[in-house]
Amino acid sequence: MAKELKLMKGNEAIAEAAIRSGCDGYFGYPITPQSEVMEHLMVEKPWETTGMVVLQAESETSSINMVYGGAGAGKKVMTSSSSPGISLMQEGLTYLAGAELPSLVVNVVRGGPGLGTIQPSQADYFQAVKGGGHGDYQMYVLAPASVQEMYDFVFKGWEIAFKYRNPVMILSDGAIGQVMEKLYVGDYVPRWTEEEVRKFAPWASMGKPADRDHNIITSLELDSAKQEKHNHKLQAKYREMEEKEVLFETINCEDAEYIFVAYGSSARIAQKAIQLGREKGIKVGLLRPITLFPFPKKQVAEFSKKVKGMLAVEMSAGQMVEDVRLAAEFRCPVEHFGRYGGIIPTPHEVLEALEEKIIKG
Amino acid sequence: MAIKGEVVIDKERCKGCGVCVVACPNKVLALAKNVNGKGYNYSEAIIDNCIGCASCAMVCPDGVITVYKVKL
Amino acid sequence: MFNPDIIKPENLVYKRTDVLTQAVMHYCPGCGHGTTHRIIAEVIEEMGIQDKAICVAPVGCSVLAYNYFNVDSLGAAHGRAPAIATAIQRLYPDRYTFTYQGDGDLAAIGTAETIHACNRGENIVIVFINNGIYGMTGGQMAPTTLIGMKTATSPYGRTVELNGYPLQITELLAELPGTYYVTRQSVQTAAAVRKTKKAIRQAFENQKNKKGTSFVEVVSNCNSGWKMTPVQANKWMEENMFVKYPIGDIKVDGQKVK
Repeated sequence: MAKELKLMKGNEAIAEAAIRSGCDGYFGYPITPQSEVMEHLMVEKPWETTGMVVLQAESETSSINMVYGGAGAGKKVMTSSSSPGISLMQEGLTYLAGAELPSLVVNVVRGGPGLGTIQPSQADYFQAVKGGGHGDYQMYVLAPASVQEMYDFVFKGWEIAFKYRNPVMILSDGAIGQVMEKLYVGDYVPRWTEEEVRKFAPWASMGKPADRDHNIITSLELDSAKQEKHNHKLQAKYREMEEKEVLFETINCEDAEYIFVAYGSSARIAQKAIQLGREKGIKVGLLRPITLFPFPKKQVAEFSKKVKGMLAVEMSAGQMVEDVRLAAEFRCPVEHFGRYGGIIPTPHEVLEALEEKIIKG
Repeated sequence: MAIKGEVVIDKERCKGCGVCVVACPNKVLALAKNVNGKGYNYSEAIIDNCIGCASCAMVCPDGVITVYKVKL
Repeated sequence: MFNPDIIKPENLVYKRTDVLTQAVMHYCPGCGHGTTHRIIAEVIEEMGIQDKAICVAPVGCSVLAYNYFNVDSLGAAHGRAPAIATAIQRLYPDRYTFTYQGDGDLAAIGTAETIHACNRGENIVIVFINNGIYGMTGGQMAPTTLIGMKTATSPYGRTVELNGYPLQITELLAELPGTYYVTRQSVQTAAAVRKTKKAIRQAFENQKNKKGTSFVEVVSNCNSGWKMTPVQANKWMEENMFVKYPIGDIKVDGQKVK
């Protein structure tokens, strides 16, 4: 595949990836710090090249329902927003999960609660991985730590979304969304033809040919026995994701006595903290969950048997740390360090926290 | 030229709302004294006066009326 | 049966369309939903667009509309049908995407989606059933409930002081440049049904010609919610609902009717 080198913001990389990944439609509503996604699309005018539809909706509520409509009709459709907008989308997300519609939602997280700040944060972890909307459901949640991953995870997102008929969230943050980095982009993947949609999404409501029954996209089931059966099916799907689709990265873990567990921007800060720590003789490594659901539980469990302690580094008051603790099962100390409200921690702060909370412990 | 009509009512699907009874210009229809499986007093033709205008079928919310007509 | 000899295919005047499924509709006896479903299905059959029609069903009494229309369908979250239809129609411009919504769905919780879809002039058909009440949840007040009308949440009758005015959303939508055809009809008599069917046909023809949003309000009864027999409810509707919601075209070919 031909590779082309570009310099782009993380948000622009999402838009570029959408166009190049055969996305059929983007529906969104401007919100800082992710507005460049739709801005880039509007500048690029993909409807004139790939035929991709781009529409600015009247609200996030509307954009997520446009995604529901497009996804229900078998198309590759997506939206993006930031924390307050994602809160408005929770209704749509639970309907997408209930009706099992493949779809892609990008959350470029900012500080909260409420209107909060416009600076980077990771305080939407619970909302993303524990199901922000009602009912038992899970999204597949990818956490990019670079502009390149913003791009790559759009492609990965479509793969998982259609493989499992499930909404996928890219849980980014204001730093990754706004930072400019070099980025390799690949060839354009053609959009599916109608024949391909019928083949790959035979369940889609896109017009009933004479030779099949009418398709119905819904999350409603009035018979509770049938609803429970549907819930079992969804749970089986989530367990399969946990079995097969966990992604993570380890850095400097071979000889590590201590482990940072961090994703997204925090993982990059933790990497610098590792360097500082190793200069002082502290053997510390990084476990970077790339999927937040499914969470790399097995990897955390294995490290918990070997290391002296783990520090979850998050730009939140402590959310992912709960999953780390659950997986570590008290085999080693697990502590949390976070800055929040839009503050990004420094590598020195992170290292200091490791020394204070774990090493001196 | 005379017109002769006939209605066929799917009485098991009829909910006995009576909207067709009022819609019939020739007072052909009435709700039966008997009930169907669902317990509704279904609609039925009581006199041979149908002209096949399909007004009953037009207003039937459940689409249970089929209408036939011949010109004699 | 008085004339069994005339029951022959060549003498058939009217039969239920196959664009409706065989499912027995769950609506109360005499409910206008069934009639409206039927004529939408008949229009789809007559236009030969069953393979291209896509129904977006609401939340409310007609939440299960997708079980009755024999076309590909989606069940929307409450009020969001116009947003859903927007995306489908933009992604498949040659389809016939229509929403079917009640007064709570379209004129209360989904007001924003309705107004903005109409204002963008989305090439969709919206069928709006207005019976002035929330039927499915047990007869609560709707935005279109008349002043003085008793419902479960206005047990002493709707008052302006407490609840504001009945919302004439159809007139409001007619003001938007995106709407091409806006009409208000009803289905309580054979003549009214024929006119409503013609209006629905017009709406789908407009969609075929990519004219923008066509909006058909059907003023309907809710005999259970109004606590009347179906026949009484139709009469009450003519005498009361039609005063606030007068029957007729409001906007034709993009021009408001004087």
